[in-house]
Amino acid sequence: MKTLLIAATLSLASVTAQAAADSGKQLYSVYCTQCHGVAGDGKGINAAQMAVQPRDHTDTKEMSARTDEELFKVIEHGGKSINKSVLMPPWGDNLNDDEIHALVGHLRALCCQKN
Amino acid sequence: MMKGIPVKLRLTLGIAAALAASVHVAAHADTAADVKQQCGSCHALDRDYAKAAKHERAERKAPPLDFAGNKFRREWLYSWLQNPVRLRPAGVFPPAHAKPSADGDVVDTTTLAKHPALDAAQAGKVADYLMTLTPFDGLIAAETYQPGTIAQRMGQMNFGKFKGCDGCHQDAPDTGGVSGPELYTAWQRLQPAFISAYIAQPAAWDPHTMMPVGDANTAAVHKLANYLKLIGEKQP
Repeated sequence: MKTLLIAATLSLASVTAQAAADSGKQLYSVYCTQCHGVAGDGKGINAAQMAVQPRDHTDTKEMSARTDEELFKVIEHGGKSINKSVLMPPWGDNLNDDEIHALVGHLRALCCQKN
Repeated sequence: MMKGIPVKLRLTLGIAAALAASVHVAAHADTAADVKQQCGSCHALDRDYAKAAKHERAERKAPPLDFAGNKFRREWLYSWLQNPVRLRPAGVFPPAHAKPSADGDVVDTTTLAKHPALDAAQAGKVADYLMTLTPFDGLIAAETYQPGTIAQRMGQMNFGKFKGCDGCHQDAPDTGGVSGPELYTAWQRLQPAFISAYIAQPAAWDPHTMMPVGDANTAAVHKLANYLKLIGEKQP
C-alpha cells in the first residue's frame, strides 16, 4: 500500500512538473519570442529595431549568473527593476506568480539543459 | 413637445415614428447577423475569449471587436473597411508569423492574411453596427484624459528611451518594433479616451493582451497619448 502511494505521488509530481514545463514553453512563445526570438537566442522580430539587444536565453554563462529570484523579479517588474533596459517590460499585470515561475523554469531549460 | 398638434396628427406621427424605429431595428438586426457571419470567424464579437484559458491568445486570427464602439473612431472604421491596410506588421499573433533567418527572426509575410475590402454601403452599415458595441462605457467615462500638446523631441524620447514603447510599436513607418500594431495612425483610428484608458489598464479591456502595463502614472500616460496625437495628426 505504502509503495503504491509513493508511486502515485511520484507520478503526480511528474505530471505536474510536465504541465509546468509545457505552460512555461507556451507562455514563452506568447510573451517573450517577439524580442527574445523563437529559439530564445535574443534575435526576435523586434530585436533589429532595439537600442539594447534582448538577452540571449541560450547563453549558459550569462544566464547562470542570474538567480531564479532575479529572473522572477525582472519578468514581474521589468528590466528597470534590476537596473537593466526599460525595453524589458513588467509582465506582472499579465502573468500570475505560477505563470512567472513556469517561465523561469523554461528559461532554465533554454539556457542550461542542452541536448 | 406635441401639445399644439391635433390628436389625429399626433397619432399619425407616433405610428410613423414607431415604423421608422422598427425598420431601423430590423436593419440593425440584419447587419448584426451579417457581421456575425462575415466577421465572426476571425474576430471575437462577444466576451467568451476573456473567460477562456490564456492560450486562446495563440489561436486568434484577428483582434476582438466586442468593444469596438468604445475603441474606434467611426469615420476611420468606415474608411478602413473600404481600403484595409495592415496595422500589425506581424499579424495579430506575431509568434505564428515569425521565422528564424541568418540575421535573426523575420516576419513571414506570406503567412499574413489580407482583410477583405467592403463597398461604401457595407462599410457604413458595419461601422455603424460596430459602434454600438460598447460594453466599456464605464471605463471611458472614468477616463480623465484631455487631448493636449507635447514637443516632438520630448514625446519621442518618452515613447522610446523612457518608456520603451518602440520595442514593440512603430511611431513612424519602418521605425520601431513590429510585434504590436503601428501607432503612427493610432490617433486617426482610436478614440482619445480609449488610448489613454488602454495604456493605463490594457488587461481591463483584454485579459489576454500582450500589452504590458508600464510604470507610467496618469500624467505620463497622457503624455504618451499626446505624442500619438502629435504624430497621428501629421499622417495623411
